[in-house]
Amino acid sequence: MTEITTMHYLVVAAALFIIGTIGVLTRRNVVIILMSIELILNAVNLNLVAFSRLWGLHGQVFAIFVITDAAAEAAVGLGIIIAFFRNKETVNVDEVDLLKW
Amino acid sequence: MTTSLTTFSLSYSWADYRLALPMLLLTVFALGILMIDLMLPAHWKRLNAITALIGVAFSSVAVVKLHLAYHAAEKQGIAVAAFSGFMGSLVVDRFAIYFFYLFLMGAGVAILMSMRYLEIEHENHGEFYALMLLSVVGMMCMAAGYDIVLIFIGLELMAISTYVLVGFLRRDKRSNEAALKYLLLGAFSSGIFAYGLSLFYGLTGSTNLGQIAQKLQEVIATRPNDPVVIFALLATTTGLLFKIAAVPFHQWAPDAYEGAPTSITGFMSVAVKSAGWAMLLRIFLFGLYPLRSMYVPLLIFVAIATMTGGNLAAITQDNLKRLLAYSSIAHVGYMLLGLIASDGQTNSTGIMAIMIYLLVYTFMNLGAFAVITSLRRRNIIGDTVDDIAGLYFKAPTEAILMLIFLLSLAGIPPLAGFWGKYFIFLSLIETGHYTLASIGVLYSVVGLYYYMRIANSMLMRQPIDAEPVHTRPAMRLALTITAVGTVVIGLFPNFFINVTNWSLGLVQGTQHMAGMLR
Repeated sequence: MTEITTMHYLVVAAALFIIGTIGVLTRRNVVIILMSIELILNAVNLNLVAFSRLWGLHGQVFAIFVITDAAAEAAVGLGIIIAFFRNKETVNVDEVDLLKW
Repeated sequence: MTTSLTTFSLSYSWADYRLALPMLLLTVFALGILMIDLMLPAHWKRLNAITALIGVAFSSVAVVKLHLAYHAAEKQGIAVAAFSGFMGSLVVDRFAIYFFYLFLMGAGVAILMSMRYLEIEHENHGEFYALMLLSVVGMMCMAAGYDIVLIFIGLELMAISTYVLVGFLRRDKRSNEAALKYLLLGAFSSGIFAYGLSLFYGLTGSTNLGQIAQKLQEVIATRPNDPVVIFALLATTTGLLFKIAAVPFHQWAPDAYEGAPTSITGFMSVAVKSAGWAMLLRIFLFGLYPLRSMYVPLLIFVAIATMTGGNLAAITQDNLKRLLAYSSIAHVGYMLLGLIASDGQTNSTGIMAIMIYLLVYTFMNLGAFAVITSLRRRNIIGDTVDDIAGLYFKAPTEAILMLIFLLSLAGIPPLAGFWGKYFIFLSLIETGHYTLASIGVLYSVVGLYYYMRIANSMLMRQPIDAEPVHTRPAMRLALTITAVGTVVIGLFPNFFINVTNWSLGLVQGTQHMAGMLR
């Protein structure tokens, strides 16, 4: 068994970041886009906690703030999606088409 | 591990809270509005706006007191040490104080603009003003933050409050859609930005901008072109450019500006944008300064793309809010030129130009949006070029004020907008960027076309609707403040240039940014 080093965590975080980015760019359902954004923020958290192994507590404190921020963003995001759904009866971004050019 | 724990517990003191007083006061008033709003009967809702204005006034007094105390401490030579608190994460230096004034000005005028508008929209809720004050708290954290954690949290506090404000007209489909787009793209860019910051933390082992700069210097000395450094820089830059709406990260801006309540559009285009700039200057000129040779080529590309995209897209717009959104994108392009020209060490004219640009922009753009807000009447949305047709015959005062704001935005002397552009181009010529200066001047001419298109509609065409334009005292006050600002800065720029120089610690004859933490 090889030991799990900081590098392993960083690779997982990078993978999460890439999956999240692809999700935001390709998915059409607003809720799934919001989930992909959460994935990106979790990649950030994993990065911070892995680095704080090397550098001390600051990274973990930052991670707690990012978790809080992700929660606030999800709450506001779902609120906005509900307001949007009430007027438009859809959560598909292809049908978000009143404002363009 | 244990050492960092002890420093956490030992170094807080009451003196730190004095630095945060402007933010604490705004927070108290924001929470107060939320509670008072519950007890107010429907026809008393205007009290919320008045409470918010009192909060802004109190916060301004706190900033003035900090300003004076800073002056006194500077005479003894202890200013920087005395005015950084919370373990060096909050630094209320001259730069921060300057931006505090800008944010409070923008918020105050936007509150005045909102009072009548919200009544017409039947959305007069206290949360509106509470969110506005909270977003100003976030902006202050961005301008005074010297630690990436505080800067990021400030950014998110501002951004999340603005998402809600953009979607505040719950029954309006355009407002819903604008909020949704702004939320998705804003949250996405914040995620990328945070990822970049986490990589910088990993590279340098610190969250403090000063220490990040020191360590980065060592990192690039030993490993130039480290792919991790380049990726971290790209991610962070993307996040920053997103927040100031530079091409190619600008698509959220026209949509959010068009759908948002008009007073919030004004607020976003000045205060939120200034906060984005404060954060960008802090990060680029302090934390990431060692990487300057890497980010400048990127910024040159973005600046040219931004001026091109903003100016050309604005030509074809028929919606005034959307047109001004594209014009504000173009203005960001000019401001980026200042950052390309000056690094704050060998030459600071460009940085000073950005600061004065933001000041004049706050007055003239907010003024233009105030006029558009006053066009909102019963059953008339009033945000297209046709709606403003013949305004001169219906409401000559508003039309003439709008003309002043438009000429100022186009950069015609002797109005304020001229000085912003003048110093940007001066800094480019001082540092030998002649090509960029010529591109900038050429695009200013394009700008003149679409501003004059609005003026043409306003002065030469016949009115399409007969609905008169009435302005309430609050709106008249907002128009007066912005118009006086635009004209006075244009006619007597010296005082304001000195203020800007002070904010950067520039003493006459030197080019260095002294008096600022580096």
